Amino acid sequence: MHTQVFARLVKSVAKVNGMPTVRQAFVPQPVVGRSAADLRAYIEGEDAVEGGPFIQRLIDGLTGSLQQDDIGAMSFDRSTPRLLEPDTEENLRDKFEEHRWTDFLPIVLPTEERVAAMLKGTSQAPEQVVGRMQPARFRELWEYTVEKVAVNAVMAGARPEYFPVILALAASGVTARSSSTTSQATLAMVNGPIRNEIGMNAGIGAMGPYNHANATIGRAFGLLSQNLQGGSVPNESFMGSQGNVHSYSAVCAENEERSPWEPFHVQHGRRADESAVSLFMGGWYIQFGGGPRETWEEKFSRSLAACDPFSGPVLALDPLVARGFVDRGFDTKQKLIQWCSENTRIPAREYWDNQWVQTLLLPQAVAGVEPYASHLKADPDQPINMFRPEDISVVVVGGETGAVWKILSGTYMGTVSVDEWR
Amino acid sequence: MSHLLSVHDPRGYPPKVSGKHLAPRLDGLDGKVLFLVDCLFDNSEVFMNQLRDWFRQHLPAVTIRLIKPRESWVDDPEMRARVAAEGDAAILGVGL
Repeated sequence: MHTQVFARLVKSVAKVNGMPTVRQAFVPQPVVGRSAADLRAYIEGEDAVEGGPFIQRLIDGLTGSLQQDDIGAMSFDRSTPRLLEPDTEENLRDKFEEHRWTDFLPIVLPTEERVAAMLKGTSQAPEQVVGRMQPARFRELWEYTVEKVAVNAVMAGARPEYFPVILALAASGVTARSSSTTSQATLAMVNGPIRNEIGMNAGIGAMGPYNHANATIGRAFGLLSQNLQGGSVPNESFMGSQGNVHSYSAVCAENEERSPWEPFHVQHGRRADESAVSLFMGGWYIQFGGGPRETWEEKFSRSLAACDPFSGPVLALDPLVARGFVDRGFDTKQKLIQWCSENTRIPAREYWDNQWVQTLLLPQAVAGVEPYASHLKADPDQPINMFRPEDISVVVVGGETGAVWKILSGTYMGTVSVDEWR
Repeated sequence: MSHLLSVHDPRGYPPKVSGKHLAPRLDGLDGKVLFLVDCLFDNSEVFMNQLRDWFRQHLPAVTIRLIKPRESWVDDPEMRARVAAEGDAAILGVGL
């Protein structure tokens, strides 16, 4: 049983899982937020896609006899070719758009010569498998090679010297084109010597469109995600209701040289002289402020409490802000993280009323997993901590033209070596 | 005539599709055990409770059992084994 807006998607999923005739029935969207009486009306009403009584479709799906298609589903290979049929530039551009292989900004066509040049950016063999990716846990995993990643890097306008970072992003297996109805984006932060070797921007405008490497690495991550995972097509393989502006490009570098704290990748087990890229899934909200000023504690507590409790915050602090926190005794990132964890509280009723907390954390609470089990026992008005320390990330970004900070939605997904892909 | 370009296909490699047989259908539901598997999407429990109540009122000869996986969006082999061992049929929902 599904809600009607997922009809195309779930039929496609059934097909690629070898059960194209699996019985499915559809109720209206939404189920979330509807009363018991509303849902009873769904059950007693019509199938929202196929028509006819919904309940009868359920009963018919469980009884009766199977047809030939039910017992003889076809097995088939869906390999994609290495090269497309030669065509004019204009026709090829049309083809890439028609097949939704672009982000609808102009691309660089991945000719054999350009892809060969991109491959010179790594010592890895073109046929080496880099990883597997999927737009959602319900979809099948697609596999890709170094050459396939190079094709998408060319399309994004990236240069060969950026290719190890792009390969590392691809190797993470984390998609930048999640199909989540919440319109998740994936943000990435580069650390280590590679930042300066390829001219990435960690200073003025680092998070904006002011640097070739930042912009095209981020775009390559998006394009490779949608093409190597099997698509990101609205109503088929992308179900984000509103979309996300971070999906165009959201990669920058940490300003290690001006930060008073250890780099992010060192916090996560890498050496300072290693190059690595860290990924954060979210991109739902952004808070902004200056300081830290006299009332920073109130501002931070309020801003953090306004975040979504299911998507951990990334604190992106200008170096001026980071040093301001050092002046207030936060001589490590961890101390600031601890403060944020302890001082971000909302009533239990508000926490548990969140749709994604309900869907994903409530089962863990019921199973006794802490701190969610204790949160579940709390009285509705009792303040509870929104975030564990491990849910909170701190990075230093910016050019010191202002003591400004952002708090961005981003659950930490891991740190991947760039050096292994040189 | 326009110059023709040879370009790469940007797509990855999908897994092979392996066709599966559907499980045999039942002759009828009377006397059978039907599991309603709550997939843990927000408010699906309320929906499943309503579906259970509908069966109890309209098809009382069907034994309805509600069951949930241990965790959202993660396979629960123990739950599946219980449904297979104790049930005659199952309906999953509501959501993806």
